[in-house]
Amino acid sequence: MSMTGKLQRTLSQRLPYEELLPEEQPAYVHNYVYLFGVATLCSFALLIATGVILAAFGPQWWHSSNIGHFVNSLHYWAAQAFMFFMVLHLWTAFFQGAWRDGRGLTWVSGVLTFLISIVTAFTGYLSQQNFDSQWIATQAKDAMNSVGAGAFFNVLNFGQMYGFHVVIFPVIVSALLGTHLTLVRMKGVVKPYDLPTSRARPAPSAAKPKGGVS
Amino acid sequence: VTSKKEYYKGVKFAPYDLVKEFVVALGVVALLVVILAAALSSPDVPSVTMKTVAVQTPQNYTQVALDSLDGNSAVATYGPPYNNQTGSVQFIGPFSPQDWLGVHIPINTAQDFVLGPLAESSAGDSVLKSALTTFKAAPSSTQAAWETAYQSALNKAPATGSSLQVPACPTCGPVPVMMSRLLALGQSGAMDGLLLTSPRFFETDYTRPLLFINYTDAMANEAAKYNLLGETWGVMNETGNYPGQAWLWLYTTFYQLPPYTTAWAANTDALAIASVTILSLLLMFVPWIPGLNRIPRYIPVYRLIWRDYYRDQS
Repeated sequence: MSMTGKLQRTLSQRLPYEELLPEEQPAYVHNYVYLFGVATLCSFALLIATGVILAAFGPQWWHSSNIGHFVNSLHYWAAQAFMFFMVLHLWTAFFQGAWRDGRGLTWVSGVLTFLISIVTAFTGYLSQQNFDSQWIATQAKDAMNSVGAGAFFNVLNFGQMYGFHVVIFPVIVSALLGTHLTLVRMKGVVKPYDLPTSRARPAPSAAKPKGGVS
Repeated sequence: VTSKKEYYKGVKFAPYDLVKEFVVALGVVALLVVILAAALSSPDVPSVTMKTVAVQTPQNYTQVALDSLDGNSAVATYGPPYNNQTGSVQFIGPFSPQDWLGVHIPINTAQDFVLGPLAESSAGDSVLKSALTTFKAAPSSTQAAWETAYQSALNKAPATGSSLQVPACPTCGPVPVMMSRLLALGQSGAMDGLLLTSPRFFETDYTRPLLFINYTDAMANEAAKYNLLGETWGVMNETGNYPGQAWLWLYTTFYQLPPYTTAWAANTDALAIASVTILSLLLMFVPWIPGLNRIPRYIPVYRLIWRDYYRDQS
């Protein structure tokens, strides 16, 4: 079988078309807690849209244009919303034990997205070209230098930080988000914990996938 | 698919429109962001420039320049990645990754912050040219003696507004001329450009001006005005009444707590990063860490989240 055929077969087995966009979900998914993830995704879409406009007009545009300043404000609050909803999603996923039953990689991809997003936001502050950028850069340089990172990740170099912020990190975050969403669709949402003293019929767990975690 | 069907065996399913959910959520989040942007805008405090520093605090500007010339400044004694000194080298136990990586961004403070900019601007200024020639031709011991003498004179210099009156100093050699010219360059705004000069036309690297400005009083005063200093959780704050990088709360916490602020103070940055890295790795690999992966089982938040499910089951 050709490599293309193997890939096609693997994809059709692991992620069939109907599983990408299922029309049904477990009834317990009808819960506001499950909205934090999609709110994070929506914030990211707004971040990309406003970031593209800011990048198109250049890093100095927003200092001298009212429209530019407003677009920057949209980008700023989209970033705040992105991090806010992501943290809510992270903690609710934690308290759901969302990594159970073979969802460890889904969890790892989510935590990685969170960590890389923090660095992405940090480079955003460094790209603002104002006093915040100066102060954050000069204070952060010691931390970066102290662990050797400053040698190749120079927070005082605007060009390098801007490049990281508008290209490298967004690509990484997009890839991680894509991976995370794909894994969520492949595995489905985790089932609720069985209640230890519940008189209810225990939720089935016989089909725990290989590699599952407790 | 089969295993997924088995996994959800016995679980009640209901129609769920993912696309509609995304579209509605996008509209709601977009509206929220537009309202916040329109009502609260975003912070944009102007940068501190070399000119600002030289005009507002001429004595401190000259002090930083003198320290840069005589090799006593924080940058001159910093260590990697700027030079081979040890002043700001940090350790994690016996290890110093800072040293391992070596000098990648070489900074010679005397040349880059003082002698270079003066040489660049000396065309047509015979007095400055002569001073530079005299300084460069002198042995290092003589240079040091001039610099020490100028330090004494500078300590006695009254600064009124943007004017700095350094007392006459016959034992300072060419240093007074050099320092006064450097102050004039700073106050005219020329230093902002001179610290960026390179063999290339375009420039996007602000390492040199930021390293100079970083250690001036003007910068610290501006930061204090906006509660950005380290002791006021400055790492996660920003100018104005804005949320800042609130997600850095855990990292910033290490800068407030002993032993990070006491016994480990010389290595706070490295140890704070090491600590937050360990905690991040624990969070990332919590699914496979016995004990930690059971925490949500024993904290009944899940009962709140899935209360409808459990009610239906009972």
